[in-house]
Amino acid sequence: MSNQGVPLASQFAQTAYWKRFLSPENRYLAPMFITCILIVGHLSFGILESYKKTGMAIAASLLAELLLGRIFSGKWPNLASAYITGISVGILVRSPAFWPYAVCAIVSIMSKYVLRIKGRHIWNPSNFGISVLLFLAPETVASLSIQWGNYLLPMVVIWVLGSIIIWRVRRFHITGTYVAFFIVFAFLRSYLTGSPWQSEIAPLTGPMYQLFIFFMITDPKTTVRSKFWQCVVVSFVALAEMILRLSQVVYAPFYALFLVGPAALLIEMWFNSRRTVPARVAA
Amino acid sequence: MKLGIGARILLAIVFAALVFSPLAIKRFASRHDDSKTKLDLQTALARHGFYLQEVSHAAGVNFVHEAPTLDPRLNHIMPQVASMGASVSIVDFDRDGWPDIYVTSSKEGAKNALYRNMHDGTFKDVAEEMGIADVNRSGTGVSMGAVWGDYDNDGYEDLLLIKWGKPELFHNDAGHGFTRVTDRVGLPPWINANTALWFDCDGDGLLDLFIGGYYSEEVDLWHLATTKMMPDSFEYAKNGGRKYLFHNLGGGKFEEVSEKVGIKSRRWALASAAANLRGTGHPDLFVANDYGVSELYFNDGKRFHEVGEQTGVGFAPKSGMNASFGDILNQGRYAVYVSNISEEGVLIQGNNLWVPKENTSGDSLKFENLARDFGVEIGGWSFGAQFGDLNNDGTLDLYLTNGYVSLDRNRSYWYDFSKIAGGHSAIINDAKNWPAMEGRSLSGYQTKHVWLNDGSGKFVDVAQAVGVTDTYDGRAVAMADLWNQGVLDVIVANERGPLLIYKNTVIPENKWIEFELEGTKSNRSAIGAQVTVFWNGQQQVQEVSGGSGFAAQNQRRLHFGLGKFPHVEKAVIRWPSGQIQTIDSPAPNENHLVKEPS
Repeated sequence: MSNQGVPLASQFAQTAYWKRFLSPENRYLAPMFITCILIVGHLSFGILESYKKTGMAIAASLLAELLLGRIFSGKWPNLASAYITGISVGILVRSPAFWPYAVCAIVSIMSKYVLRIKGRHIWNPSNFGISVLLFLAPETVASLSIQWGNYLLPMVVIWVLGSIIIWRVRRFHITGTYVAFFIVFAFLRSYLTGSPWQSEIAPLTGPMYQLFIFFMITDPKTTVRSKFWQCVVVSFVALAEMILRLSQVVYAPFYALFLVGPAALLIEMWFNSRRTVPARVAA
Repeated sequence: MKLGIGARILLAIVFAALVFSPLAIKRFASRHDDSKTKLDLQTALARHGFYLQEVSHAAGVNFVHEAPTLDPRLNHIMPQVASMGASVSIVDFDRDGWPDIYVTSSKEGAKNALYRNMHDGTFKDVAEEMGIADVNRSGTGVSMGAVWGDYDNDGYEDLLLIKWGKPELFHNDAGHGFTRVTDRVGLPPWINANTALWFDCDGDGLLDLFIGGYYSEEVDLWHLATTKMMPDSFEYAKNGGRKYLFHNLGGGKFEEVSEKVGIKSRRWALASAAANLRGTGHPDLFVANDYGVSELYFNDGKRFHEVGEQTGVGFAPKSGMNASFGDILNQGRYAVYVSNISEEGVLIQGNNLWVPKENTSGDSLKFENLARDFGVEIGGWSFGAQFGDLNNDGTLDLYLTNGYVSLDRNRSYWYDFSKIAGGHSAIINDAKNWPAMEGRSLSGYQTKHVWLNDGSGKFVDVAQAVGVTDTYDGRAVAMADLWNQGVLDVIVANERGPLLIYKNTVIPENKWIEFELEGTKSNRSAIGAQVTVFWNGQQQVQEVSGGSGFAAQNQRRLHFGLGKFPHVEKAVIRWPSGQIQTIDSPAPNENHLVKEPS
C-alpha cells in the first residue's frame, strides 16, 4: 500500500494516532484486545460456553468493582481492569452451572480490596478467583482447555496482535521470557517423563495460555517493578509450573502464578522496606 | 481508603464466605444425596418400588466382551483407542413372543452371541447355529454394534451389524437361520461405524438405514497408512467418518442417498436416534457426536435439514456418546438425553437433557438443556443411557452406564489426556504425539446411575439402593421385559467386561400396559409408530425405535408404567403410514398385540 499523494501532515497525524492508540497510557488497549480474542474465538468456532454465562461474569465483575471502588475510594472507579477480569472469567471458567461465573468474578474483584499489603493487592484478580474455584469446586468447575478449533489463522492473529500490543505497553519481555522458559521446560519434561515433546508443547497452542501469558502474568499491578526481576519472577512461574506438571497437576499455570506472583511481590516489599529503613536511620 | 476497621472486617467476612461457598454448596448437595446408600430388596421395594438383581450367570449368560488389537503404532494408547464395541440389542428373532438378546465382541476371531430366550428364566446362545457368531474374522474388521429391522417386511427381524470394518446385513430366514446378503444390497466395503439405526425416513413402508462413521472410512485401524488418524480437535473435529443413508428400494435393494438428501457431516458420530419430534409423521434424526456438537436433522420426508444450532442442541461442543428420547414430563413431547464427559477437577462437560421449550413446536421447535435442573447432569465418563419406567409408577426413569478405561486403580491418565486435548490440531491429530497410557486408568471404575423420575422435574439417583453396584466400563444399555412379567429389565454391555442382566422386581401395586405393534401399510416392524397412552388425566408418548442410546436397541414392544389404580382412557397409535388408530379402555397389566388396520 503506497502513501503517495497523501499529504505529509496527514501521514504524521495518522502515525501519531496509532502511536497514541498503541501506547502504554491507553488503558483501553487491553480490554479491546481481550474483546477481540472473545469475538474471534467465538465467531470462528464458538469459544463461549454460553452468552448468558459470559455476560453474567462480566456484569458481576463490573458491578463488584463499581460498588467496592465507590465504597473504598469514594469515587467511581475506572472499569477497564474489571472488564478484563470479567471477560477472562467468562472465557476461562467452564461449568454447566451459572453460579461459578458470578462467584468467580466477584471473588476476583473482592480479592483486590481485601487481600492487600501496604496498599497493594498481591494476586492477579482473575488468577486468584479461578485458582480458588478450580481448587475448591472441582466437581463443578473446570477451565478452558481446548484449542482454536481446527483453525491456525485465529491462533496466529491472536499471537501476532497480542505480541504487538504487549510490546507497545512495554511488557513483552515478561511474555517472551515465560514462553522461552515454558518451551525449555517442556523439552526437559519430555526428557524426564518420556512423553512426546509435542504433547508437552501442546498446551501453549491453546487459548487458555494466550489469555494467561498476555493478561495474567503481565498484570502491572501484581508484578514486581524492575524489568530484570520481572523476567526472573516469570521464569520462576514457569519453573513452578514445571514442578506442578511433573506432579500431574492439570491447572499448573494458574497455581504456579498463584504461588509465585504474591511471593515475589512480598519479597520486593520486604527489600524496599529494608532500603528505606537505613535511609531513615541515616537521616 | 476511607473505610473504618469495622467495614473492612465485614468485607473480609463476606469475602471469606464467598471463597468457601463452593464447599458449602457441595456439603448441602451431599446431604440430599442418597445415591451411595445400599439397600436390601425389601427396603428398596418399599422405598423406591423396584429392585434390580444381576442374574446373568443364573440365566446361563456368561458372555464377556473382548477388545481388538489394532495397529502396533497405537500400542501406547491402545486401551483408549480400542475402547468400544460392546453392544446389545433386543430382538424376538424367532417370533415366539419372548425377547432374545444379541451381543457383540470386538476381538479378532471372537464370536458374537445370540441368546435365545428359553422361557424358563434362562437363555441359550444360538448364534453359531444361526450363522451370526463368526463375524469378527481377521481382515473384515470387528463388531461395534447391531440393529434389527424387518427390511423386507416378511415378518422376521433382519440383522445389520456395524463394525470398524465391513458392515454386514443378515436376512432372517423365518427364525431358523440367517443368510448374509451384504453384497447383494451393496453396502460399502469399509466403514468405521459406531452407530446405526433403522427408520422409514420417507414413509414408503420400507425400512431405510442410517449408518454413522466415527474414524474416517479411509482408515484401516489394523494397517495404518499414517498415525494422523486421530480427531483434529477435541471439541471441533470434522475429520471423522462420513454418514450413510441407505434408501430401501424394495426387493432387497438399497441406494445410498445421504448427500442427495442433505446429510453431509464428517463429525465423529457415536450415537443416533430417530423420532417424530414435530408431529409431521416423518422421523427426525438426532446424531450425538464425539469431539463436537450434536446434530439434529429435521426430515420433511424428502430431505434432511441440519438444525442443531437453530434448535439449541448444536451450540456448545462436547463429547456426545448417547442419544435417547423420552417423554419425561408426560406432556406428549420427547426430551433427548445426550451423554458426555465429566471428571472432577479436569473436565466438567455435563450431560445434556434437551427438553422442548415451552411454546415452541413444528419447525420452530427449540430445546433447552435442563440436565442440571433435573439432576441428571453429572454421570462421569458417560456412555449408553435409556429411558424406561423402571418402577411402573407412570414416569420414565433414566439408566446411565459409564466408565472409560479401568486399568490401574491408583494411576490416572487424565493429566496427559488433558494436555494433548488442549493442543492444536497438528498435535492432537497424530497418534504418535499422544503420551503412553502405561496401564493407567482413564475415568475407570465408575459407579452407575439409575435416576428415578419424580414426575415433577426431578430425578434422584438410586443406583446403589436398587442393586446396581457394578463398576465395569459400561457402554450399551438396553431395556426389555425379558420374562414377560410386565416390568423392564436392564441389559448392559461392558467393554472388556461381562454382559450384565439386571432382572427387575417391581411392587405389584404399580400397574403397567404394553403394546406390541405390527405394521401392514407401514413397515412391518412398526419402527416409528407412536403410542400415546391416556390415563388418570395424564398422557405419555413412546415410539418404536430402530436403535437408540449407545450401540443399543430396546425391545420393540412399548412398555408403559401406570402407577396405582389406573383408569386407562385410551391408547392412540400413530402409524408411520399416517394412520391413526384409537384403542378405547385397553386393559392394564396386559401386553396388547396390535396389527395396523389395512
